[in-house]
Amino acid sequence: MTEMTTPSRRQLLTLIGRMGGAAAMYQAMTAFGHAAETQFTGPPVLTGAKPGASVVVLGAGLAGMVAAYELTKAGYSVKILEFQDRPGGRNYTLRGGDSFTESDGTVQKVQFAPGNYINPGPWRIPHHHRCLLHYCRQFGVALEPFIQLNHNGFIHSGSAFGGKPMRYKEVATDFRGHTSELLGKALNAGALDQSVSAEDKEKLLEALRHWGLLDNNMAYTSSVHVSSQRGYDQPPGGGRNGAPTPSQIAGLSDVLDPQVWTAMSFYFNYVMQTTMFQPVGGMDMIGKAFARQVGKLITYNAKVTKVAQGGDGVTVSYKDAPSGKMQSVSADYCVCTIPLSIISQVEMQVGPKLAAAMKAVPYAGQLKMGLEFKRRFWEEDDNIYGGHSFTDQAIAQLSYPNDRMFSKGPAVLLGAFARDLGAFQLTAMTPEQRIEAALKQGEVFHPQYRKEYMNGVSVPWSRVPWILGCTSRWSEANREKHYRNLVEMDGRVVLAGEHASYYGGWMEGSLLSGIDAITQIHERVTAA
Amino acid sequence: MSERPALLLLALPLLALLAAPAMGDTPGSVQAKNNMAEGKALFEQICAACHMADARGSGDGAIPSLASDANLADPAYPVGVVMNGKGAMPPFAELLTPAQVGAAITYVRTHFGNDYPQPVTEADVRKLAQP
Ligand SMILES: Cc1cc2nc3c(=O)[nH]c(=O)nc-3n(C[C@H](O)[C@H](O)[C@H](O)COP(=O)(O)OP(=O)(O)OC[C@H]3O[C@@H](n4cnc5c(N)ncnc54)[C@H](O)[C@@H]3O)c2cc1C
Repeated sequence: MTEMTTPSRRQLLTLIGRMGGAAAMYQAMTAFGHAAETQFTGPPVLTGAKPGASVVVLGAGLAGMVAAYELTKAGYSVKILEFQDRPGGRNYTLRGGDSFTESDGTVQKVQFAPGNYINPGPWRIPHHHRCLLHYCRQFGVALEPFIQLNHNGFIHSGSAFGGKPMRYKEVATDFRGHTSELLGKALNAGALDQSVSAEDKEKLLEALRHWGLLDNNMAYTSSVHVSSQRGYDQPPGGGRNGAPTPSQIAGLSDVLDPQVWTAMSFYFNYVMQTTMFQPVGGMDMIGKAFARQVGKLITYNAKVTKVAQGGDGVTVSYKDAPSGKMQSVSADYCVCTIPLSIISQVEMQVGPKLAAAMKAVPYAGQLKMGLEFKRRFWEEDDNIYGGHSFTDQAIAQLSYPNDRMFSKGPAVLLGAFARDLGAFQLTAMTPEQRIEAALKQGEVFHPQYRKEYMNGVSVPWSRVPWILGCTSRWSEANREKHYRNLVEMDGRVVLAGEHASYYGGWMEGSLLSGIDAITQIHERVTAA
Repeated sequence: MSERPALLLLALPLLALLAAPAMGDTPGSVQAKNNMAEGKALFEQICAACHMADARGSGDGAIPSLASDANLADPAYPVGVVMNGKGAMPPFAELLTPAQVGAAITYVRTHFGNDYPQPVTEADVRKLAQP
């Protein structure tokens, strides 16, 4: 009897959800040990806005557009000023027919075949970025898997394996095998008896033997057993020649090359774990979906030059690019999402703490390249379907298309995703030199490159005119000193964008910061 | 024992990235060490990415010009900026060696309308880089 009056956990959650809305539901779920994966508790609930209260939003990236969307829903009157002639900001896709102009005026024309594209900025979405996924769901943005970990992708280092690319599954298995053997030796020699109880020692040895694929002597050696993870010389077949033959394991010193464990630990990152997603047809489907909601609020080609504020409002001056005329917009409040890398172009009337914070955040300068080839040789010849290959050369990695696998005709792969010095080196080149470098370096993996190459485009973020950088890279020291000051409303102005979040370099951070910015405005408005 | 510092140097920049609490989207590889020594090559292949080949910067001063730049007179300023970063410019202390930083700064201090012939040495960089 009592059992029937005690609600099940699910019934309780449903009840809480009905009574308290998504936020209460989420809190309850967290209390039950579920879903502690995001700070997103559902879209903001901004009730009781003063009729006619107005907000001007600077920048039509995701931070600006989510702010505008939720403010409008709550009854605010909103205007957006955007420097470019399109919405989305870094949420951006290049297709055949597009052109891309660098900060020095260099123009590249994209020549991809219809349907092909490259995402020069954001390209993958973690399954726990629930805020972004919420808006994708709400706006009907179709998502498909982004193949992250591909065991058949390549690992290349100039200082290991004789410079020959290895398959991820080979080196990852070998790393595990060799380190397991070494740990087993240390345990059996009694070297760890101070740290491990006799019982745990037994358990650990057993684990190492299985996890590391060790033989009866606790050694990591080439065998069909090991090949069942690292791959075979001759894989299992049918009939008379069905028996597999083992592959040869690599030696310890090659396997200790940092390229190996870096790749392995990369996939362990919270933000890099499978399952990941991408929008069908290009990342800008998300920006376009937001623009379907708020596009009519956007003034394009508007370069903001000044933000002035006083007791009764904010006045934003901007240059209308086509006419060169200066214009201005006034509003009660302002959300500024202009990247900090170029905020020095804007005369911002803000307090000294925010002014200092705006100057305290370094930006990365990554570079991506899209290369179009006549056919999917990585699939047809090399059995690679999506995912990545890593190298210690400037291009850093190749990534294979995650969509339309097995299709005929031209396809685009990501021929470089460079960072740090490698990115600067490629950026400093002309577009033609960049392509040549990408072909030369990528050939290490795929000798088919030259024969199949058609055309390509490079996007060096430090030369993208409206940002001159890639994403914010807060150091812990700067965070400590400046983060609160950056995200706290200053008079009538509040900053938002990926730089105003603990999720720098992710669209989720842009959205969450946009929501917090308008929540601050709303709290001010409703408190008054 | 003598090999240790070299190995640590190789691993440090990477560890710094991996240690960051919420890492931004990034490639998953390690880069080979860059052994460029010449100031000219360092400028043209690294600095010019943002400051441009003519050292005039871009974005109406958002990335500053280094041409005819009085800030370069005292080596302490450029060394501090390059090693520790400034504004949106990232710190290079983990990407370049002090010798490379010295060579690049020496090159810029003697080109692009700058005339400060005293070289900036590796030792200068080590001494001046304290944040
Ligand atoms: C190479 C790269 C890879 C990335 N990978 C991923 C990924 O895989 N997954 C992920 O989730 N995120 C990724 N990101 C991060 C993601 O792109 C950003 O977090 C997000 O798109 C930024 O949105 P935002 O609104 O904060 O800024 P932006 O999108 O940059 O919006 C700012 C807007 O302000 C405008 N603007 C600039 N100056 C002015 C001015 N003076 N006046 C008016 N408007 C102005 C700009 O034109 C722009 O539209 C990546 C970014 C890069 C660069």
